[in-house]
Amino acid sequence: MRSSAPALAEQFDSFEHQRESSVLGMWVFLGAEMIFFGGAILGFVEFRHAYVADFNAASNHTKIVLGTVNTAVLLTSSLFMALAVHAAQEGKNRRLLGFLAATMLLGTAFLAVKFAEYYLEVVEGLVPGPRFRMDGADSRHAQLFFVCYFTMTGVHALHLIIGIALLGFLGLRTLGGKVTPQNHNVVEVGGLYWHFVDIVWIFLFPLLYLLGRHAGHG
Amino acid sequence: MTALTADRVPENYINADYRFRSWLFSTDHKRIAILYLISLTFYFFVGGFFALLMRLELVTPQGDLVQPETYNKLFTMHGIMMLFFFLVPSIPAVFGNFLLPLMLGAKDVAFPKLNLASWYIFNLGGLLTLVSIVLGGVDTGWTFYPPYSSLSSTSYVLLAAGGIFVMGFSSILTGLNFIVTTHKLRAPGLTWRRLPLFVWSLYATSIIQVLATPAVTIGLGLIGIERIWKVGFFNPAMGGDPILFQHLFWFYSHPAVYVMILPGMGVESELLTTHARRRPYGYAFIAGSSLAIAVLGFLVWGHHMFVSGQSVYASMVFSFLSFFVAIPSGVKVFSWLGTLYKGAIAFTTPMLYGLGFIGLFTIGGLTGLFLATLAVDVHVHDTYFVVAHFHYIMVGGMVMAYLGAMHHWWPKMTGRLYPEGWGRLSALIVFVGFNLTFFPQYVMGYLGMTRRYHAYAPEFQVYHVLSSAGASILGVGYLLPLFYLIWSLKYGPKAGGDPWGGTTLEWKTPSPPPTHNFEEPPVVTEDPYSFPSLEEGR
Amino acid sequence: MDGGFRFFPEQASTTAASIDDIVFYLFAVTTVMTGLVFFLVLVFCAKYRRRPGRETGVQVKPNPWLEATWIGVPIVLVLIMFFWGASAYFPIYRAPSNSLDVYVVARQWMWKLQHAEGAPEINELHVPLGRPIRLTMTSQDVIHSFYVPAFRVKQDVLPGRYTTIWFEPKKLGEFHLFCAEYCGSKHSGMVGKIVVLPPAEYERWLSGGISQGSLASGGHRLFLSLGCANCHTEAADARCPNLVRLYGSAVRLQGGGEVTADESYIRESILDPTAKVVSGYQPIMPSFRGRVSEEELIQLVAYVKSLGPTRETGRDK
Repeated sequence: MRSSAPALAEQFDSFEHQRESSVLGMWVFLGAEMIFFGGAILGFVEFRHAYVADFNAASNHTKIVLGTVNTAVLLTSSLFMALAVHAAQEGKNRRLLGFLAATMLLGTAFLAVKFAEYYLEVVEGLVPGPRFRMDGADSRHAQLFFVCYFTMTGVHALHLIIGIALLGFLGLRTLGGKVTPQNHNVVEVGGLYWHFVDIVWIFLFPLLYLLGRHAGHG
Repeated sequence: MTALTADRVPENYINADYRFRSWLFSTDHKRIAILYLISLTFYFFVGGFFALLMRLELVTPQGDLVQPETYNKLFTMHGIMMLFFFLVPSIPAVFGNFLLPLMLGAKDVAFPKLNLASWYIFNLGGLLTLVSIVLGGVDTGWTFYPPYSSLSSTSYVLLAAGGIFVMGFSSILTGLNFIVTTHKLRAPGLTWRRLPLFVWSLYATSIIQVLATPAVTIGLGLIGIERIWKVGFFNPAMGGDPILFQHLFWFYSHPAVYVMILPGMGVESELLTTHARRRPYGYAFIAGSSLAIAVLGFLVWGHHMFVSGQSVYASMVFSFLSFFVAIPSGVKVFSWLGTLYKGAIAFTTPMLYGLGFIGLFTIGGLTGLFLATLAVDVHVHDTYFVVAHFHYIMVGGMVMAYLGAMHHWWPKMTGRLYPEGWGRLSALIVFVGFNLTFFPQYVMGYLGMTRRYHAYAPEFQVYHVLSSAGASILGVGYLLPLFYLIWSLKYGPKAGGDPWGGTTLEWKTPSPPPTHNFEEPPVVTEDPYSFPSLEEGR
Repeated sequence: MDGGFRFFPEQASTTAASIDDIVFYLFAVTTVMTGLVFFLVLVFCAKYRRRPGRETGVQVKPNPWLEATWIGVPIVLVLIMFFWGASAYFPIYRAPSNSLDVYVVARQWMWKLQHAEGAPEINELHVPLGRPIRLTMTSQDVIHSFYVPAFRVKQDVLPGRYTTIWFEPKKLGEFHLFCAEYCGSKHSGMVGKIVVLPPAEYERWLSGGISQGSLASGGHRLFLSLGCANCHTEAADARCPNLVRLYGSAVRLQGGGEVTADESYIRESILDPTAKVVSGYQPIMPSFRGRVSEEELIQLVAYVKSLGPTRETGRDK
């Protein structure tokens, strides 16, 4: 398999050097992503502070059961991703492919549940706009909650879709023999990205689903 | 191997492959730098053309050259082109890309393919913005304030905002590349304390690019969402808050101005040290001040919002911090003066631009203090005083640094010397034209001449006429290098590896450098500015 | 607006001179620093130019005391700027208690101004010399900014809320009013003038125009016609808070917290009654959003103010 062996780029001294650089690069990128999501979260927090009662009321209309299921799904997918990275480090490529597939599957499951939630929200008239309806709260502020909800979870879902595609690409590279214990940085870097997308959800879930939720609702 | 025979030119990054596609698909950082140079020159002259039309309109107090809507599009597009598609990338994308690996003794940047991708993403953003211009333009101001931009404007806001949104990714990726390159690809012996000051400035710039750009990405993204789906982030009638946008926008755009000036300051250190044959005065302070500016620059964005309706206590904090971000800049100016002290100053074109930079940046920076002063800013905010302040820094500072860098590294990048007489003449024309254009704007700004007006009260006319006259001179000063630099590519004398006697690593390569920069990584054993010292008493 | 050539705008308000004093200090520091820098550059260029026998520089060692000086001295100079600027900034946001009230509604592309006594103006504001004038402003559409260079005052005017500004004219004459926040096509045309008259002439002007009655009386008519009076009575067991003596007082809110009953509070209570519910009352007030214009809101605010003795309403008694 010499012709498809992983290449050491000329600017690096060793595979380890190349790996460290890739990992540092992904960390820097995630720093930028933190600011990006941070800005959206800041907007949400500001509006929530201004309209606490209405946001609490609106938050009760999110689908807590589906949201909790999704949280578990995503956390489990992160577990499989970590196992995938470990398998790559040990050169166990068949296992690596298996774990990648499991991660992708769980990620897709998350998206399916998310779109189910969106469908329910459309049916219940929770999409901001002329067809919005919700009792018991100022409609404008409740709509603002849902604007934040759809924007934040939508952007998160977009990142997840990109993550699944990325993992698919990693799988193809593995099949092409380009992933070895010395040169598996693509898997490691993909893992970092996946964990980040998971962590963003860990912030979004309490902010959107849990804060202000009255016991017995959902 | 660079086999040199009597009738063969050695292999370098230019002649390695002459095919068009070898340039468009190159991952060589030096070729990517040239690709950026071509794109940026184009965007610069587009933005400059809009400025020319604006200054023509402003010669008379009445709005008689163009329609008000057209004028509003002109100043918007001038700002967008110049800021996002020229100033932000300028020195890092051209000179950073070309020189960073060379100065570090590396063969390329950490992620060469990402580097090429950055150029394509950059131009995709530029294309979207150009399309918005061709279709009729955008008229929100480069600041895109809602509710005007989200609800009221009928111009091509989405396209233009989209172009900037896309360009932001290019900025983040380039910054990411430079950070990893600086950390990971230094040659043996090249410690942090031995880095050229230009590298320090690029490093500080890259940190800001990575951490600040996402704020404008989300800000413009929300404007887009609001325009398309009519939701209410920034619309008070729907419970939203237009000031939220201002916070998101300026959280990026204030650090962005440091993205624009820090590389220019880095270039300045290189120009003065090389052309005065002096070690920099206070290397650690100059390097440290770049980092201080990067950090403090994140804390002062509210000084753009003193009269916006934000809390007076917040304004106080922002004002206080804004004064402190001026201090490291002052350190740099004094350090540059100290670098000229007892030097051996040659009045080459790069040195002339370098000297002009010191003077004009000082004036621009000091007038920033007027704006940081709360009660004074109430009067001069949104007037030509602000316009003059930022043009002194961006044009008097940054563009002069860019031109200085262009002339300083032209021999290295092209292997040719430019005609020195024309270089000096252009530098002088730029200096004179610049001051005539922008100094009157300080005066009329304090008198109350508001920004973004295409028709104005007659008592301001004399200042506008002076300003427009200066602008035409400045334009000549910018056009001349376009001609003589291109001319030098064919007719300029061949340059050697080190025409200026520089000491940083790029001067140890041939001009132009070979594709792989160094055969073996150089081993660094001394500081970068080890000029020999003249005996004392001279 | 004499149109003559000048370097400095007129000092036509009581605060203009204090702003200009700070500017003189800033200008002095700037000129000295710039002069120093230019002087040193020129001297060094002359003295240390490269020439035969001077092919390289003397590699000077940095002096830490010099570094400390050029960090320390600028810090002192800028701290003066900060404190001076901040001390002149706070008073801008505290109008004197005897201010004349004027209400401003900005819209693309005109200024609608309304004296408390009722006289409406478009793009022009007549004011008496020597009296502080307090403007309460809002926008009907996008962000504008109210700027009078001769008074050195500027304040952004926002949709959905009130912002305020005050000045006391100290010179007779006419002074430019500019919109200072880009607001679309005719931003350059959103200009006007402040006309400062001697007090007696101002009174004549006030009583000479089309009399619409004061803003407060218009507000009273709205208060009745919209049905507010049915609930907001002075009865002890009323379902709604009593509005007499409300303006300027501290209001306890449900869920804790306290707020001062200013113009913004009154406006919000009409448009968003459930945002701040008074302690001890139910959130039963309907919203009037979409049922009252900004001008009508101003009249209602003026009416509520007229019920409270906490501040003079500005009517000459």
